[in-house]
Amino acid sequence: MSVVLLGPLDDRSLVGVEVARLRGAGRVGLITAGWQEWEDQDHWLREAVGGAVVNLELYRRAETVWAHDREFAEAHAALQHRVRLLRRAYNARLERAMDAWIALERWHGDEGVLADEREAARSAVADLDRHHLDRIGEFRGEFDARWRPTERELVARERHAVAGLLDGVDVVVVAGGHVPLLLNRLRLFDLAPLLEGRHVVAWSGGAMALTERIVLFHDSPPWGPGHAEVGEVGLGRVPGVVALPDGRRRLRLDDPGRVGRMARRFAPDACLVLDPGARAEWSRNGWSVGQALRLAPDGAVAPARDVA
Amino acid sequence: MRWVPEAPEATAGTPPDVEGLAIESLVRAAAAGAPPDGGAVDAFLEGRDVPVVEGSRVTFLYRGTADDVRLRHWVYGLPTEGSLHRLPGTDLWYDVLDLPEGSRMEYKFEVVRGQDVEWIHDPLNPHLARDPFGANSVCHGAGYSVPEWTLPDPAAARGSLEDRVFRSRALGGARRVTIYRPARFRKTRRYPLLLVHDGGDYLAYAGLQTVLDNLIHRLEIPGLIAALMHPPDRMEQYRGSEAHSRFLVEELIPDLERSLPLRGTPASRCLMGASLGAVATLSTAVRYPRTFGHLLLQSGSFAFSDIGGHGRGPVFDPIAEFVNDYRRSPGKVADKVFVSCGMYESLIYENRSLVPVLERTGMDVRFVEARDGHNWENWRDRLREGLSWLLPGPLWLVYD
Repeated sequence: MSVVLLGPLDDRSLVGVEVARLRGAGRVGLITAGWQEWEDQDHWLREAVGGAVVNLELYRRAETVWAHDREFAEAHAALQHRVRLLRRAYNARLERAMDAWIALERWHGDEGVLADEREAARSAVADLDRHHLDRIGEFRGEFDARWRPTERELVARERHAVAGLLDGVDVVVVAGGHVPLLLNRLRLFDLAPLLEGRHVVAWSGGAMALTERIVLFHDSPPWGPGHAEVGEVGLGRVPGVVALPDGRRRLRLDDPGRVGRMARRFAPDACLVLDPGARAEWSRNGWSVGQALRLAPDGAVAPARDVA
Repeated sequence: MRWVPEAPEATAGTPPDVEGLAIESLVRAAAAGAPPDGGAVDAFLEGRDVPVVEGSRVTFLYRGTADDVRLRHWVYGLPTEGSLHRLPGTDLWYDVLDLPEGSRMEYKFEVVRGQDVEWIHDPLNPHLARDPFGANSVCHGAGYSVPEWTLPDPAAARGSLEDRVFRSRALGGARRVTIYRPARFRKTRRYPLLLVHDGGDYLAYAGLQTVLDNLIHRLEIPGLIAALMHPPDRMEQYRGSEAHSRFLVEELIPDLERSLPLRGTPASRCLMGASLGAVATLSTAVRYPRTFGHLLLQSGSFAFSDIGGHGRGPVFDPIAEFVNDYRRSPGKVADKVFVSCGMYESLIYENRSLVPVLERTGMDVRFVEARDGHNWENWRDRLREGLSWLLPGPLWLVYD
């Protein structure tokens, strides 16, 4: 089964091209939960994909669960509150760790001394990233063990309905949008097993959700520069890549220092820039990459001929 | 050494150094007794942006018969009644100012003909900035350009405006408030609330609707509902009036939170204003601490008199009383405060003085200075940084 990752769909027909290449006689399933309340505004996507299409409506289904299972909704809100606090703590530590790393990178002196210190600073950032994901994993593990979401009546009912809709679907399209919210819906209804055995075409935020590790990033937000942060563990449908949609706009690719740090921070995963028109396909034959760029440890940005 | 021409006839003051400037050749010719004729002046002006900005030096030009032409601007610290110099033998008047990079300056010409004195826009400069008192000509210094996010973006869907009238017991009468709803508004969603003093002026002179549409479209601020106030008497209400604060917090906000899908938490409320509107913002937050999570204060008229007098006339006395009290006993009234002020305003001193007072309370404070004056386009140009810092949008989380 193939998983195709795309950049932003400046050319909306691209998603149709990928789906047409992969689909058999079955229907196409849509996941547009990242669009939140506007999940159902999928007319253009249905048109681009063509043929029989069904939207899984994960956002609406989650809203139904929250509205009617108040106890569970409150527990989930409390979990989210804890995750937000954890994120604040992570960012407070990350800012200092990144600043230290950046400062050491700018120092000049005895490389016999500084090289090891720089590596230690990089390693401290990578450890912090790992720690953050581990902590989120702990929180979610505790929540799942306590509340067993897929065994709750409403969640089970909605998941059963989704499984029914997926019957006869051979390609699932995952749209971009709000990544944490999309991921929460995918996790709530435990979509990963339901996607097994099906081709997936995903763009931007949808592509991020399918990776093992979601990295949130923007080098030049209007409120001042920040550091990329690991957001969540993704569905892990594709291995070894950090998906960076719209990187040419969101990243300072002309700054070798930033580019190199990002590549080294997330190594051994490949930092894959998915700009409009870019595609990367994961199948049993491994990665096949078209037009995507890859960040290199030395600060270069080059076509990603391979990912391994 | 720079070449300075002989003082031209009929104007007082030392003529400016024009070496290396576009106008140099005309000034040299006139000084040599061969003033340019009308055709040469026409040719000089043809296709040229006026004022002529050459690095940090700006040449202001006026053409016409007059007894005197003065440059009137509002750059605090620079003399504002200096006369332009008439190029001998011509009807072209000029002066050169140093204007640091990134500056923006509003001005008028005062043209004197006999007993007649007239303040006019620069006839050679099409750029105007409007305000409640009319309009001024605008000089864009080197490196300044109108921010593109202040201009209508065809890709950004427009929000809507709706006028409402509120009955206020606190203020004793009706008050008009314009409600801004973001594009793609959904009743099922809960929105943050932005309350804007002088909201009508922000709409008319600072392009607030376009700015909100654009920043929301770019995910730099969240979709939000804004309540834009139209004070019938801002000089009274916005000088720290207790009745105004009561209207805002005890009448307007509860009404809005009943009738609109608002989050209704301090963290989701932002109160803002410029000039006296900033005084009204801070004084309301002080009277009702922790009601607003975020404050945006632009060029606040924060006069104080605990060190000497405020020197701004009796109309500022109640403001000075409030600011003196707050300086004496500052409190944490919100979580984040964004303060901006123009470096060319007389109020820069008061605003700089306020920042450490705010910081000492433990509030998260960001202070931004701009090379601009006390005007609506200065306030417009700071909105992106201020609003996106106070109410960051989902830019970090959304990948379309």
